[in-house]
Amino acid sequence: MVATTSNEPEVFPGNAAQVPVLRRHVLDLDDFTAEEITATLDNAAAMRAVLERDVKKVPALRGRVIVTLFYEASTRTRISFEEAGKILSADVINMTASASSIEKGESLLNTGLTLQAMGVDVIVVRHPHSGAPHFLARNLNNVAVINAGDGAHAHPTQGLLDLYTARDHLGELAGRKVVIVGDVLHSRVARSAVWGFAKAGSHVVLSGPPTLMPDPVAPGGWGSAGNNGVENPLANVTVDTNLDTAIEGADLVMALRLQSERQQRGFFPSLREYIRRWQVNDARMAHANPDALLMHPGPMNEGIEVSSSQAHGDRSLIEEQVTNGVAIRMALLYQLAGAAVAEN
Amino acid sequence: MPGRRIIDADEIRRAVTRMFHEILERNRGADGLVLAGIRTRGVPLAERLAEQIRQAENIEVPVGRLDINLYRDDLSERPRMRIRPTTMPVDVAGRTVVLVDDVLYTGRTVRAGLDAISDLGRPLRIQVAALIDRGHRELPIRADFVGKNIPTRQMELVRVRFHETDGVDDVSILQRG
Repeated sequence: MVATTSNEPEVFPGNAAQVPVLRRHVLDLDDFTAEEITATLDNAAAMRAVLERDVKKVPALRGRVIVTLFYEASTRTRISFEEAGKILSADVINMTASASSIEKGESLLNTGLTLQAMGVDVIVVRHPHSGAPHFLARNLNNVAVINAGDGAHAHPTQGLLDLYTARDHLGELAGRKVVIVGDVLHSRVARSAVWGFAKAGSHVVLSGPPTLMPDPVAPGGWGSAGNNGVENPLANVTVDTNLDTAIEGADLVMALRLQSERQQRGFFPSLREYIRRWQVNDARMAHANPDALLMHPGPMNEGIEVSSSQAHGDRSLIEEQVTNGVAIRMALLYQLAGAAVAEN
Repeated sequence: MPGRRIIDADEIRRAVTRMFHEILERNRGADGLVLAGIRTRGVPLAERLAEQIRQAENIEVPVGRLDINLYRDDLSERPRMRIRPTTMPVDVAGRTVVLVDDVLYTGRTVRAGLDAISDLGRPLRIQVAALIDRGHRELPIRADFVGKNIPTRQMELVRVRFHETDGVDDVSILQRG
């Protein structure tokens, strides 16, 4: 079996490349430095090579226990974490709210303490309430917590896989124009992607119905100058609700999932209007850069936020994002295990 | 860290020359041979051996690069946070793989390298080449080809530098600080 056929000239890292990445938890991308993001993406590239082998198994995390604790439905994120853990030889236990003592009313904290007492090393948590993973991380001393999506707040592993996929195709991300289209207001995927791309130096443009845009003038909010004069990494984020102008010259277009209940709550008049003004379709992509790429975090409402021709077209990276998600989660699980050891 | 230089560039060159002769002699030529350098400094050593073989025999020996961090048994002791891709330009099945590293010490890196190669396929045989053998083995592993045996104390560190990675060719003994 050939591991990879690429024989690009070897670049030998200096000692700087050996600086360890040490963090106990992965809760959001706002506390990642640009260097740590780069290091994580580099590790993910090595993990990606493992995924391409016949034997997708390495012993790195043998003897470690990972629990996926999901209070919300999910297929791709949960299975992605499970596969990542298993390829690294960790033992992965899946726990869903509907089939556990959570149904009997056990609190998040007590569930966390119970898992900690069982000697679990990593808890991967998805929760409908923003801040739930932070709460767990604050209250558990011996467990690493990974946020797999909390309310409308953050989805850092999705943000990192988006960055990985973009970097893999675009190379340098600084100065690139990234357009994020749709329900940005309620999207944890968008929030994490914005942090990631902004830190990588990309110019992020948010587009969609005005009612689904974050408030650009909120103190410390999107695109504001930040609090107390501190440099705000989001200063280079702008809003343009007209997708036809927003998409001009874009290098990357990311469409977000539209949840139909938003229409019932009056955020936009009708699906037809949404499709007419904000669907990413052939005509709109023609205004982006000729080699612009299309991403979507899934699950996709094909024909609503993205036209079928674009979803399955040459520029679509939607399936690649899924593969890269496994590699990113492998890299993070490996880094957290190393950090836990370094601390003790 | 100032060290006591024990081998200079000329001695490294002679050691590499002797090693490539021994590799060819033991394997009766370079047919079916693959060199697998263990990152980081096993890679330039493997590339130098391949270059010498090319000049002497006019045969291109493929060079793979192994990152063995995912196979280490001492994540608990020494977290290595940067992983780099393992590349192997040919199928190792049915070939003789020479695992190449700069220093052979406890044998744990070689053990991890053996596992890494096994996951790529089933070679005919695996041999081990190291520029420096400093002793203090913790596993039943030995080198087939050694550039130089250097008796050391466990308190000491052996630092190999190659022009490709460090801008200079030498080997020094440092005191663990």
